[in-house]
Amino acid sequence: MSGHGNDSRGNGEAGLIKLENVSKIYSTGTFGGKAITAIRDVSFEVQPGEVMSVIGESGSGKSTIGKMILRLSPITQGVIRFGGTDISTLKRKALKEYRREVQGVFQDPFSSYNPIFKADRVFSMIKSEFFPGMSGPEWRNKIGLALEAVTLDPTQVLNKYPHQLSGGQLQRLLIARALLLDIQFLVADEIISMLDASTRIDVLNLLADLKGRGLGIMFITHDLSLGNYISEKTVILRRGLIVEMGATGKVFGNPTHPYTKMLLASVPQLHRKWEEIADELKVSETVLLDREAAAKKAYETVSEILAPDADDSVLVETEPDHLVRFSPEEAREIEPAALAGKTA
Amino acid sequence: MSLQIENLKVYYRTLAGDVQALDGVTFDIADGEIMGLAGESGCGKSTLGNSLISLTGRMRYVEGTVTLDSTELPIWDFGDMNHHRFKDLSIIPQYAMSALNPTRKIGRMTGELLESRGMKHKEFIPELKRRFELVGLSEDVLGMYPIELSGGMKQRVVMVVSTLLDPSLLIADEITSALDVSTQKAVAEMLVEFRERGFVKSMIVITHDISILYQVADTILVMYAGKLAEKASAETIINSPRHPYTRLLISSLPEVGVTYSGKRLTGIAGTPPALLHPPEGCRFRDRCPFAYEKCLEEPPFVEVDPGHFTACWKEI
Repeated sequence: MSGHGNDSRGNGEAGLIKLENVSKIYSTGTFGGKAITAIRDVSFEVQPGEVMSVIGESGSGKSTIGKMILRLSPITQGVIRFGGTDISTLKRKALKEYRREVQGVFQDPFSSYNPIFKADRVFSMIKSEFFPGMSGPEWRNKIGLALEAVTLDPTQVLNKYPHQLSGGQLQRLLIARALLLDIQFLVADEIISMLDASTRIDVLNLLADLKGRGLGIMFITHDLSLGNYISEKTVILRRGLIVEMGATGKVFGNPTHPYTKMLLASVPQLHRKWEEIADELKVSETVLLDREAAAKKAYETVSEILAPDADDSVLVETEPDHLVRFSPEEAREIEPAALAGKTA
Repeated sequence: MSLQIENLKVYYRTLAGDVQALDGVTFDIADGEIMGLAGESGCGKSTLGNSLISLTGRMRYVEGTVTLDSTELPIWDFGDMNHHRFKDLSIIPQYAMSALNPTRKIGRMTGELLESRGMKHKEFIPELKRRFELVGLSEDVLGMYPIELSGGMKQRVVMVVSTLLDPSLLIADEITSALDVSTQKAVAEMLVEFRERGFVKSMIVITHDISILYQVADTILVMYAGKLAEKASAETIINSPRHPYTRLLISSLPEVGVTYSGKRLTGIAGTPPALLHPPEGCRFRDRCPFAYEKCLEEPPFVEVDPGHFTACWKEI
């Protein structure tokens, strides 16, 4: 794996991956008559060697962002740039080159493999697609290096069927598969939520080690403690809208948006009970789940109990590296000049 | 004592031989106790829960006794257990969302269920409505088909229906796993409320997420590879565990506030043993940093402090 990080694409102000006012509208219904806005005006960027956590509950659009970056789903509005290039313009050869550098790993390791074939078939598919001219020994050496990077023992994982391997091993094989390419950006979509507690931390540490090689990572999760552990930057998504973003320490240390507070108050923690956390964050009872009222309206997630952010709400920088969404009135009180920095 | 289990063994029949999924477990649950049952996938926690309700085709009862409120349960006899299921003990299954009959309206399904137990559906309708309201479902739900309800609503329906006859013991199998953090909290708190209101006396809450158990459970039982590893109050398991597996497991869990650069956590190297031919002695031996010769013998599950049981030679 050569040329990580110091590639011309990976430097400078452009960022590695940059989203500019990206929106995604899915049309559903019998004739596509209904439109569902999955992502609204999302902008952020990830630098090389940086882990960005995208945190949200089901339906927040976090996986949609990953799919758009991987070119698995078209972008409705806005631009996603990789090293300055608009990725939606990439075709054929350029797109293949893009896939060489940007890869994804997904939630369920068991359904990522074809159970009929041996698990290492994912490697040979990479070889036939991207490295057809490489000699056998050279290729085996490359596989050896990739497996070493994900701390797998080749004798334990090669030549095995998926059902013979554990979820953690399968997931690490998929990361190794991505490393065979000249990967610079990895979309990790809930990659450890299906793993057992005793092995998930190893996969998490592996990701953290990879960023040391200059890899940019988008870590999509619903688990705040995992995002907190691994990432430099955090984005909190709710119904397709960024409600709070910035340096991880600031978002978690000084949560400002009611939704972020509510999420933090709902995470089951190991050494503190829910009530203590709620007191500490001063989350009022109305913000916490008022079950009976909520249920009468058949709310599914608590995110629906909090009033939605208005269409004209804005992200305001409350401190360096920490942006929070406010209504225009609140924003004016906080910082009149901040409105100038309104995204959109 | 609400539930007493003595040396229960349940194996899975496979072509290659018996998989010893539940290999001699002994423990008690007190009246009103919410016991969390934690462990990795394949450790036998769901097997334990399911075997108390019904043994499916491939499960084979080997030995052991299960006593609920001083009555021995004939768990090996599917037909005989019908007298106890739903009335004395009940389960909220892992996939509660697919537990409802899609061809019946909720009300009719509940009626059939009650009549199969010799009860009059009508007598229960007011109570059913009251409980639906408690979990935030309108009584209109009774006239709806499962397809008209969202996943979370179906889960609440199953919770209410399972506990309608006020069973003595409720088994909740991974019911929070598929939910968002905030919904997870609501469901977990609902479980506690069911106990407070006397809908169920005691509960076994099965989950792989030990931090949820710290929030709701009185005691936590940790299983490893078909055996019991440790049981103590939730506070003790989290803050001063004694079994090496529990200790390593707890220290591998990231928490809000713990970061990679600040404190690098480590997992437990290796994988649990296959239960087709499990190793002799302590089953955690191969992954345990403290293992010594004695561990070739099987450690007994004994009380090391009042109310604190563990199966480790180092702690005895």
